[in-house]
Amino acid sequence: MRGATNAGWAACAVAVALAATACGGGGDSGGDGGGDGGAVLSSSWTDPQNPLEPANTNEVQGGKVLSMIFRGLKQYDPKTGEAEDMLAEKIETSDSRNYTVTVKDGWTFSDGEKVTAKSFVDAWNYGASLRNNQKNAYFFSYIEGYDKVHPAKGEQGAETMSGLKVTGERTFTVRLSQKFSSFPDTLGYNAFVPLPRAFYDDHDGWLAKPVGNGPYAVESYTKGSEMRLTKWDAYPGEDAARNGGVTLKVYTDNNTAYTDLMAGNLDLVDDVPAQQLKNVTNDLGDRYLNTPAGIIQTLAFPFYDKNWNKAGSVKVRKGLSRAINRKQITETIFQKTRTPATDWTSPVLGADGGYKEGLCGEWCQYDAAAAKKLIKEGGGLPGDQVKITYNADTGSHKLWVDAVCNSINNALDNDRACVGNPIGTFADFRSKSTTQKLSGPFRAGWQMDYPLTQNFLQPLYYTDASSNDGKWSNEEFDRLVDEANAETDPARAVEMFQKAERVVRDNMAAIPLWYQNGSAGWSERLSNVALNPFSVPVYDQIKVG
Amino acid sequence: MGRYVVRRLVQMVPVFIGSTLLIFLMVNVMGDPVAGLCGDRQCDAATAAQLKKEFGLDQPVWQQYLTYMGNVFTGDFGTAFNGQEVTELMSTAFPVTFRLTVVAILFEVLIGITLGVVTGLRRGRPIDTGVLLLTLVVISVPTFVTGLLLQLLLGVERDWIRPSVSTEAPFDELIVPGLVLASVSLAYVTRLTRTSIAENRRSDYVRTAIAKGLPRHRVVTRHLLRNSLIPVVTFIGADIGFLMGGAIVTERIFNIHGVGYQLYQGILRQNTQTVVGFVTVLVLVFLLCNLVVDLLYAVLDPRIRYA
Repeated sequence: MRGATNAGWAACAVAVALAATACGGGGDSGGDGGGDGGAVLSSSWTDPQNPLEPANTNEVQGGKVLSMIFRGLKQYDPKTGEAEDMLAEKIETSDSRNYTVTVKDGWTFSDGEKVTAKSFVDAWNYGASLRNNQKNAYFFSYIEGYDKVHPAKGEQGAETMSGLKVTGERTFTVRLSQKFSSFPDTLGYNAFVPLPRAFYDDHDGWLAKPVGNGPYAVESYTKGSEMRLTKWDAYPGEDAARNGGVTLKVYTDNNTAYTDLMAGNLDLVDDVPAQQLKNVTNDLGDRYLNTPAGIIQTLAFPFYDKNWNKAGSVKVRKGLSRAINRKQITETIFQKTRTPATDWTSPVLGADGGYKEGLCGEWCQYDAAAAKKLIKEGGGLPGDQVKITYNADTGSHKLWVDAVCNSINNALDNDRACVGNPIGTFADFRSKSTTQKLSGPFRAGWQMDYPLTQNFLQPLYYTDASSNDGKWSNEEFDRLVDEANAETDPARAVEMFQKAERVVRDNMAAIPLWYQNGSAGWSERLSNVALNPFSVPVYDQIKVG
Repeated sequence: MGRYVVRRLVQMVPVFIGSTLLIFLMVNVMGDPVAGLCGDRQCDAATAAQLKKEFGLDQPVWQQYLTYMGNVFTGDFGTAFNGQEVTELMSTAFPVTFRLTVVAILFEVLIGITLGVVTGLRRGRPIDTGVLLLTLVVISVPTFVTGLLLQLLLGVERDWIRPSVSTEAPFDELIVPGLVLASVSLAYVTRLTRTSIAENRRSDYVRTAIAKGLPRHRVVTRHLLRNSLIPVVTFIGADIGFLMGGAIVTERIFNIHGVGYQLYQGILRQNTQTVVGFVTVLVLVFLLCNLVVDLLYAVLDPRIRYA
């Protein structure tokens, strides 16, 4: 022990000497963004995975930037998640299939170009076109003619979608391939924003410094390290930025970002690392936020494997669900940054939007005896053991999978009933789960694209839907979803979706685990910090100083 | 000498080809990288096929390798998934890591060799025991512990350094990370030098030098140190490669956007182009360092001359 303390002191002494010189040198060039009136704030960021194009960005970090530099036809209210008109003057329909969109007057891109109906139509056609490799192309799949510009196989047959027509400078019509009453509500998603001519004319230049029509404009972008956004003074919208700008700094590790916040080098961290949750109230007091986001964590099952899709399997799945002590896991492992799930959607939808607390009922309540009984009645676990597959590289999934297994093992009085099955990288995990190579339950996190019940159900449980990796299929569910989509009255549509959700429950198509919260911590310079339902800070509302 | 250098350079070719092929195969075995690009949703088949074609993943691995190597010789290392040229990533990452490595090596040479000489000459004295204990502690404490502790102590508690290094990563900000990165090797260098010095102190040529009446500092620097440095130089030479490739932990802690960061990202995202590209360059660095080490032998000890 003595040696250790000595060493510590020695190390400090050396470091002190060095740090002294470091400070002397660094101080002159300092100022780090705080010099210009304190109006610019800095925020943690991670390098976007894909090129920063609206229809090509499918993760939060790239989406964060898009939501700062773009405004679409609709905008989701940061508090309620409701889709409100932004650039849309009106979106009219009489049959839930043909829509007429009128764009508001007076909007421009930050390079001065006017935002017209064509800005939207061209952008959507670009996003849908197979040739452009846009990873979010499927967002346009409801529009008629999508199958021509983005065929499942073979060559692209058309340049533009036949369902989109520019009818005036500020009006265009959309014809969908099927009835979809919530279509206007999906238009707040980043993939649907308008694009300026510069995007097509000088694509590389645009990617190096994107130009949009939102409250912020990109001042400089150093890929992999930093993006400086400044307030766009001529922004015509009502939600103009209340600060001078935002500097997004790329952090390799959210722990370092947190440390930088503590040291006063960073203003905002929008992902408090799990290891720091114990200290966060001590460190930050009321400068810490922990609110529900549109994210749910579930366990999906391989329905293509007959072991999981036989007569008694429903009971086994329900039994497993009852063997998981959600409350304990969310409290001990996640320090209450997750909320035990009681349905298959998210609380951010609100009761009117389709969130139904307690829809899962007893099936999501921990009861070891009932769990044991159900699994026994269902014919026992396939192979006497469940393996929960997850990716071990990010998101502390190992922690909770081990806890879930512990809970199952305890409930069943069997040390070997459940084990975790880690896979090294997310890419590998995804390639195995999407090609149906998994033989047991696997983690299936879902982050909503837009705050709609439809988005929590259809992509995950509809037959052959894009994220239905377990290949669950149920005719009644499909029929109810189709009906709900065709329903023009929003309240009725929500009711139909909940009916469909009950089908998911009765078959236990996936075990809901918990709703994920978004978290943020900030420095004393900031006020009015809030997270939207997508767990992204509402940057334009933040006040500095 | 000239022929020796040429022979060594020619030997590098098979090593280079072999190691890049191995890395290429290993990254490819990990599975389909496109699957991870679309997040928690499956890429639709058409887009996935298109992406595979764009990244050349639709061809057999051997063909991918040949194309890749062909491109590498023209200086084209391919494109990362986020649309950036790998050469562009390299041009930002390598200088940063290079600076970090220089700082680390300087620490190793200055502190490590000095401590080694001091303890080697005073074997068994309290200072020797003290330094020995200290090196033991440094070796046994993992780098990330030292890194995080120093970061917390000097960056948050004391405010003497910035906990994270800025994008430009100038030398002065890299001092503490460099020390952390060097710490373990530094301890080894100290121990190596100490043993070597202690061993050679009793050798004939040192005794002769002392008998000749040479001043002490001259005996130590010209005779003793020069001969004792051979194992140390070998170690430091090999360490340059290790430091450049193995800076992942240190770079993560201090948010340095260097080679370690790019490699880590590349592996996480299964980005073949990035990983293979960076490793290719690292292999070259390793090979060159080894060559330089071998050449330095001759300088240090004229008896070891190559035909």
